[in-house]
Amino acid sequence: MKPAYFDYVAPPSVAETVSLLGEHGTEASVLAGGQSLLIEMRYRRRRPAILIDVNRVAGLSGIALDPASARLGALVRHADLERARFADPLAALFRLVAPNVAHPPIRARGTFAGSLAWAHPAAEWCALAAALNAEVELRGPYGERRVPAGAWFLGPFTTARLPDELVTGVRLPRLGPGTAVRFAEHRRTHASFALAAVVVAVRLAAERVAWVRIGLANAADVPLRAVEAEAVLIGERAGPGPIAEAAEVAGTEADPVEEPYASVPYRRHVLRTLVRRCLTEAAEAAAAEAANR
Amino acid sequence: MTDIELTVNGEPRRATVEPRTSLADLLRDGLGLTGTTLGCEHGVCGSCTVLLDGAAVRACLTLAVQAAGHEVRTVEGLADGDRLHPLQEAFAAEHALQCGFCTPGFLMLLAGALAAEPELDRDERRLDQVLASNLCRCTGYVGIRRAAAHAAARLRGEAYDDREADEDGEDGVPGGSV
Repeated sequence: MKPAYFDYVAPPSVAETVSLLGEHGTEASVLAGGQSLLIEMRYRRRRPAILIDVNRVAGLSGIALDPASARLGALVRHADLERARFADPLAALFRLVAPNVAHPPIRARGTFAGSLAWAHPAAEWCALAAALNAEVELRGPYGERRVPAGAWFLGPFTTARLPDELVTGVRLPRLGPGTAVRFAEHRRTHASFALAAVVVAVRLAAERVAWVRIGLANAADVPLRAVEAEAVLIGERAGPGPIAEAAEVAGTEADPVEEPYASVPYRRHVLRTLVRRCLTEAAEAAAAEAANR
Repeated sequence: MTDIELTVNGEPRRATVEPRTSLADLLRDGLGLTGTTLGCEHGVCGSCTVLLDGAAVRACLTLAVQAAGHEVRTVEGLADGDRLHPLQEAFAAEHALQCGFCTPGFLMLLAGALAAEPELDRDERRLDQVLASNLCRCTGYVGIRRAAAHAAARLRGEAYDDREADEDGEDGVPGGSV
């Protein structure tokens, strides 16, 4: 159906956006890509009194790189990440994950930061953010603050953002040469949300796991980083034994909810399978790269 | 109500819209461009797909006010006078439609995709991923896939032998084009 009435404003600057958010608080919704928000407004599950469109705000676009991190402006679209070409395995991870986010016309509008702000438990970008402990940059009336992903996701569609704060960007660590990345997703149909999805990044040193990150989507009411599974692998040879054990632990760390097409044991099983698959492939890729260097 | 100015199919247009008016409703009800069809109105079916600054988007999930100052292209802007666009000709030649309701959306989806990736049809998987954006409940997609390849070849200036495509017989329909 049509959305309920609302007022609309498209401020030109972050400062004016923050001032509007201060004025309207929980009555306002921020519009970036709108590919989830406008659906909710059409269902009238959300009826903001005012929509603050940030698409005309200067300085929110683009990917900025420094030696340690990549900062995605709040208006970086899924499609921008599908085409990311900067020299770091993080770009490869973006390119692996992006095609799983909806369809091309949705990806042309929807934003990475918007996905984190929406905080759908099945969202691929949220799992990536959890795995790499991305930092969400916020601007409020007091100034700026950064919230790491571990403290950002509080529940389904619930984040640490305060009503008068604007997400201005997200900072992700660059992964560095030699890091291998993998992504796997399972869903019932091509067009379904992820029943479960897994993000993995691995670095080896002297054939042993020196660094690993495992992110899980739709494994709990928030995106998870499987820290206990990671701990199993550190210092181990990345062979079938440790990988199987890590996958087992990751499935136990998950805290999925019962759904009509996915019982809790089934979803744990899927998560373990995807974690094992991603770790095996990533470890092989990391070893192959180490051999070539 | 808000006054907006935008470019539609190359023409500057003005309109007065409510903030909640979708781009699709502006096109259909405000500007009389009823070629853009509305199916689900929540971003699933893709029948309302139009080009916004050259990229295919869901017109039901874009507000008209967001299109202010931008360039919109709809199915009405594809043909050059009486000469159909190669995509339109290919859809007719390859039986890529039956009821036709989803066709404007598919045409604009492919217009955007082929402008960005002229060789999209050479990668069947990529082409399928793009075509999966929109729903067609008549054709089973085989004709649409063929039409995409046909149009892509013609847009690249290559000859396209439609008999060859028919002999592939993927959909089991014998015979040549209409």
